[in-house]
Amino acid sequence: MSDVLGAWGVPLAVCAGAIRVSTPFIFVSLGECITERSGRVNLGLEGTLVMGAMVGYGTSYLSGSPWLGVLGAGLVGVLLGAVHGFLCGRPRVNDVAVGIGLMLFGSGLAFFLGKPLIQPTAPRLPAIPFGFWSHTSQVEDALRVNVLFILGVLLAPAVSFALRRTRWGLIVRTVGESAEAARAMGYDVNRVRTLATMAGGFLAGVGGSFLSLFYPGSWNEGLSSGQGLMAVALVIFARWSPVRCLYASLLFGGASALGPALQAVGVSKGYYLFNAAPYALTLLIMILSSSATRVSADQPAELTVAR
Amino acid sequence: MHTTFQALLRMHSRRALCSGFGVALALTAGFLGCSKKGDAPAPMAGDSAAAPAAPAPGKPFTVGFIYVGSKSDYGYNQAHAEGAKTLAGMGVKLREEENVPETLAVQKTMESMINLDGATVLFPTSFGYFDPHILKMAEKYPTVTFLHCGGLYDEKKHPKNVGSYFGYIDEAEYVAGIVAGLTTKTNKLGFVAAKAIPQVLRNINSYTLGARSVNPKVTMNVIFTGDWALPVKEAEASNSLIDQGADVLTAHVDSPKVVIETAEHRGIFSTGYHASQAALAPKGYLTGAEWNWEVVYKAYIEKIQKGEPWEHLVRGGFKEGFVKMAPYGAAVSDAAKAKAEEAKKKFLDGTMVIYAGPLKDNTGKEVIAAGAQHPQRDIALESMAYLVDGVKGSVH
Repeated sequence: MSDVLGAWGVPLAVCAGAIRVSTPFIFVSLGECITERSGRVNLGLEGTLVMGAMVGYGTSYLSGSPWLGVLGAGLVGVLLGAVHGFLCGRPRVNDVAVGIGLMLFGSGLAFFLGKPLIQPTAPRLPAIPFGFWSHTSQVEDALRVNVLFILGVLLAPAVSFALRRTRWGLIVRTVGESAEAARAMGYDVNRVRTLATMAGGFLAGVGGSFLSLFYPGSWNEGLSSGQGLMAVALVIFARWSPVRCLYASLLFGGASALGPALQAVGVSKGYYLFNAAPYALTLLIMILSSSATRVSADQPAELTVAR
Repeated sequence: MHTTFQALLRMHSRRALCSGFGVALALTAGFLGCSKKGDAPAPMAGDSAAAPAAPAPGKPFTVGFIYVGSKSDYGYNQAHAEGAKTLAGMGVKLREEENVPETLAVQKTMESMINLDGATVLFPTSFGYFDPHILKMAEKYPTVTFLHCGGLYDEKKHPKNVGSYFGYIDEAEYVAGIVAGLTTKTNKLGFVAAKAIPQVLRNINSYTLGARSVNPKVTMNVIFTGDWALPVKEAEASNSLIDQGADVLTAHVDSPKVVIETAEHRGIFSTGYHASQAALAPKGYLTGAEWNWEVVYKAYIEKIQKGEPWEHLVRGGFKEGFVKMAPYGAAVSDAAKAKAEEAKKKFLDGTMVIYAGPLKDNTGKEVIAAGAQHPQRDIALESMAYLVDGVKGSVH
């Protein structure tokens, strides 16, 4: 504790932030990626994230097992995904509108049911001390990595592989690119999309449990403050590629650690600007990577926003 | 973007209550407000003459409390709710509503408490409720009493049925600073603050002055998160401060929960704010600056019950019983306790002046000249826009 890092604290905090803050973004954006590749947008993942956080915390508190909490959070995500899928399967229902509805529903329900959970302390997820080799307590702490983060990092290439190289992935992509073609091939478009939304919901729920069970590690109503929405936006930013979703989440997590870290080492002028870093950075890359002459080729053709 | 989003969510949850969104929601006071139309005089809104009359002395009346966040947030709102709870034994009917944003929503809550619950005394507790929301409602319902937390009342400008109260909690911050200054081993303290507004700056400065009064080597490192409730950013700020060597953390945000828990998790000390967070950090919690709204609320209600006039502007610190310290944690040494109690005694007998010259800010500019004093009630302190010498941080 006595050794002081000085300015090295900033890159350390950014790296640590990338690990700590990014996990919910990774899970939600991967989930949304799967859903959007099937041709549907689920804006309700913010609600799913908050519900997942609440259910995860509650389950962990009542059962004493944080891992059961993670599972519970995932299952509630599946449930909310199923509701979204079912509603959007009705004729002339707009998925964006349903998503906004579910976002408010999920958050409101979580706030209400979570009232008695604000006070108690639930068992938290364990961390793996990858920093055991270091004698610097700061590095040690920065490298206390949660298993969910590692899972998220592995999941990104796995989802990418599944979408590109497996039969299931092909079906999802077909449904996302052309519902007509999928129907002609005999696939039930609605069913595929609902399943993709449920899978996305599962991941978003798990992402929520990370918030309440690991970092910051407690349940309260301001816990998400829009992270689920940001993650949905990250999918567009990552142009519907799971691996790019991972990079985008890491970037976003690292950038959001920048503001506090700079203030901690004494760069305190203009902290509002540094706090806006993640958003400014996202915008900048969006502008640099966009083109006036061609439409983004990666965008699933069946998305409401694309049609 | 976050703020708008949260407001949207809160608005939603409030609307949901009033549309009978679910039977389970009936627990919340707001729902009672919607459903118990029968037992109130209930003249409908619009005509101020139809508003319920001021309570006659001795007759039971309804008191409404409005909170901007959750009643059990380990912070600002919990402190108010704990005060409200003590009114239960005084023969008044209590109505409460949580998560009411500082928007038109609070006007609707006030109207439904007045018209549907027959509330004649309202405590809208959040700072931002005052202008324009309380002022508008106060003009519309001249017989209802509006008592606001924030000390913003101005006799020349504001309606007669409005009052405003506030506590000098920086006295308690000063004492907590003494405890922190005598506990730290690295001589580095950390402060996670929401916004650089005078009340926050005053707490940071008083805490730092307290710490430096007993340990001049202490420096205070401040991080502003930018808003009142950003748990992830608060956790990042806490970790950054700890990485820079701070070994006592404190906070001025709506709920210090995350900061206190992160400090405990990383094995360092912390001091609390608003309400007691001792349960969250059994090892590292030293003490905390807490509100004692019970005193204020009971005094107001007693006066109203007796039909006596009440003061429009009420302020107080330790002496008036408006603020208190959390019990000392196990890690606090006897020497630190003695020094803290000594300062507290000076506050109680009114001899303590925190802001006495010569005082320099952290850019080296003299803010209070040698020999000059700003006692607690000095209005100059309420527009504080500097951080004192010893604080690492900037107000811009």
